Amino acid sequence: MRFVPPLASVIGSQVDGLFWFLCGLSAFFAALIAGTILFFCIRYREGADADRSHPPPRNLPLELTWIAIPFAIMLGVYWRGAQLFLRERKPPPDAQQVLVVAKQWMWKTQQSNGRAEINELHVPLGRPTKLLMTSQDVIHSFFVPAFRLKQDVLPDRYTTLWFTPTRVGEFRFFCSQYCGMGHASMIGRVVVMRPKDFEKWLASGRTPGAPQEQDPGRILFRRKGCVACHRKVDGQGPPLEGIFGKTVLLSDGRTIVADEDYLLESILYPAAKIVAGYPNIMPSYKGQLTPEEESQLVSYLERYGTGRQKEPRP
Amino acid sequence: MSDARAHYLNAGHSMRSWLLTKDHKRIALLYLASVTALFFVGGSAAVMFRLQLLTPHGHLVLPETYNKLFTLHGIVMVFFFLVPAVPTVLGNFLIPLMIGAKDLAFPRINLLSWYLFIAGAALALGATLYGGVDTGWTFYTPYSSVFSNTYVVATVMGIFVAGFSSILTGLNFIVTIHKMRAPGLRWFRLPLFVWAIYATSFMFVLATPVLAMALLLVGLERVLHLGIFNPALGGDPLLFQHFFWFYSHPAVYIMVLPAMGVISELIPCFSRRRLFGYEFVVMATFGIAFLGFLVWGHHMFVSGQSAFAGLVFSFLSFVVAVPSAIKVFNWTATLYKGRIRFHTPMLYALGFIGLFTIGGLTGLFLATLGVDVHVHDTYFVIAHFHYIMVGGSVMAYLGGIHYWWPKISGKMYPDALGRWAAVLIFVGFNLTFFPQFIVGYLGMPRRFYMYPPEFQVYNVFSTAGASILALGYLLPLGYLLWSFWYGPDAGDNPWGASGLEWKTSSPPPVRNFETKPVVDEEPYDYEGGRYG
Ligand SMILES: [Cu+2]
Ligand SMILES: [Cu+2]
Repeated sequence: MRFVPPLASVIGSQVDGLFWFLCGLSAFFAALIAGTILFFCIRYREGADADRSHPPPRNLPLELTWIAIPFAIMLGVYWRGAQLFLRERKPPPDAQQVLVVAKQWMWKTQQSNGRAEINELHVPLGRPTKLLMTSQDVIHSFFVPAFRLKQDVLPDRYTTLWFTPTRVGEFRFFCSQYCGMGHASMIGRVVVMRPKDFEKWLASGRTPGAPQEQDPGRILFRRKGCVACHRKVDGQGPPLEGIFGKTVLLSDGRTIVADEDYLLESILYPAAKIVAGYPNIMPSYKGQLTPEEESQLVSYLERYGTGRQKEPRP
Repeated sequence: MSDARAHYLNAGHSMRSWLLTKDHKRIALLYLASVTALFFVGGSAAVMFRLQLLTPHGHLVLPETYNKLFTLHGIVMVFFFLVPAVPTVLGNFLIPLMIGAKDLAFPRINLLSWYLFIAGAALALGATLYGGVDTGWTFYTPYSSVFSNTYVVATVMGIFVAGFSSILTGLNFIVTIHKMRAPGLRWFRLPLFVWAIYATSFMFVLATPVLAMALLLVGLERVLHLGIFNPALGGDPLLFQHFFWFYSHPAVYIMVLPAMGVISELIPCFSRRRLFGYEFVVMATFGIAFLGFLVWGHHMFVSGQSAFAGLVFSFLSFVVAVPSAIKVFNWTATLYKGRIRFHTPMLYALGFIGLFTIGGLTGLFLATLGVDVHVHDTYFVIAHFHYIMVGGSVMAYLGGIHYWWPKISGKMYPDALGRWAAVLIFVGFNLTFFPQFIVGYLGMPRRFYMYPPEFQVYNVFSTAGASILALGYLLPLGYLLWSFWYGPDAGDNPWGASGLEWKTSSPPPVRNFETKPVVDEEPYDYEGGRYG
């Protein structure tokens, strides 16, 4: 009989640490309250001969004490929880990226070299992996108990989840946001492999004789001719090398951090936010790309010009 | 009811005298009958899906049916039992009695509220009979507004209509408590139950319209294909979650504050002590009511809401825990130097404190960002809120019903049997829901009609517990109904309790008091007191 799920991520052990601390704290306070009640119930039961003189109607110092002490402890717990949360929300820049597309009722994952899987996700041990996730219909949620992580996956938006696996093996993932009839069957497994095995697995997905280039985002980027305007120097559009995560100055004076949603918006509705110093000439690609292609392109742009656009490090 | 004395129960025996009554006490009984029936409807759904979950590949019902069952359970229990139960049954019956008034301020509107409630329940249950709804009680978009092929519109309209019942009931209580208190009944002489209903009424009035609007928009989006929540048409699905939780978090306190009010009556009565720290408990009530409006985002830490919003909502959720803790400590301190008797209502009250404490403490896990990311949408959450709503609200509701039953019916139930039922419910409850904390941390998501085999052992415990719990709930139904007709006369004040409601006869006369009461004492005047 298990009491905690298998543990296979760096953040997971920190979450467990905080969880056990909270368990201890709760047990202490629950025992304190239950013990006091029990004691009073025995000591002051109707038939008992006890000193009942001068029962206090109120006690200000006591009230302030039992406000202040729990509150101080809670502040500490809050802070530790917030720390972990911020860590969970900030993927390291060198994380290898996998695209995750959810739909009723399956998960599709795609490595940056184009290798795709259904209800499975292969990742290398000890290296940070970042999932770029979107849904094609309703809200789902990607939940890996062994990593102690989950994140809702929304239609027409991107959310991310990152982790560094610490154990080789297979771990379940679930859909944890109710999504209709097949919700309970949106189950898959994360396969954590040694980096060497992972490289081998990644390469094995390539059909023999196919062109070297299989990053679907990179293929799209070329085929759609993005680079004709978005050149490093003197382009008609802003250069896109290393754009992801940068703060961009807009023509109306506002600034915006170039995240996945901004990149997607700029592909579909280029006129919505114009980069300062560039003309509003880009055509809309709304309807020209399938949702999956949109995601592949955004995923590629995230890695573009960062030295990670080809394949994960050897 | 053999005696010749006239009271509200024998003031008329025709159907008409009940269905067109403007007497708050009779309306309370109409509510009592309705919410009891609805409780057993919601409970039967739970029994069925607990049986399904006995085995990992439950073959009892189809996935679609399973989804409709937990949706029915959630909708009926939240909107048609937990939210109305204490305010409309005990509140309706007791508020005028406790403040020495002859009725609520607007008796006709009070009756209208009941009809709205029944109309809403009929719509929602009608949709169920017709084929059901499978969205979960949370109606998350765009599943509810676009993808679900079930009777969403009829159901949300049912909740919409019932919402007006809440709003009108809230208004009625607010005006009544402001305007109709007996001479000498100053604000700080009010029993805590009145304070709790007063605070809850504000939440009814302020929060319910937001839910009504959100559900109306879901309906409109389904019918007219608007793009409010549907991202394919430019809508924002998270907007719905904000609207929904803006009501549904305060709704947790709508369910809990009146329950706490009940407990604040029971503990002093059976300890023969003034409620310890009365002023602090009052202030904590309003602290909860106010802060309860500012924490809805803690349901959305992993929804795609910004990290900053997560930090703020997490912090505020810790803050709202403080006033709840204050209450628990004050109830405990009330026992000190008391003269404690363990009648049925007191067992419920003590059970409430224990279960509510566990519910509150596990709420801290969920308020903690890093931990919530793991346990959100798992059975850990299910266990937590059942400890609050069933362990808390339902225990207090039953405690209150047992406490005021002699006043309501004029009859006494078999106390020993009542105590056994209370213990059975306590044991069954813990057996049902404690294992869910563990299986939740293990990673079992909620709303799964089948599950991996490693979760089975905990589900077996839960189902076993649920059958004990079901028995525990049937017992009071049986002996209370029996006592209503055949029980021994209870007398006007069998517990020797303080409070205006005990100063009139049982059952009370139609006008509540023979002579208009005047109050010249502090609340919970039990000091040095013996029982009756
Ligand atoms: Cu799903
Ligand atoms: Cu909440």
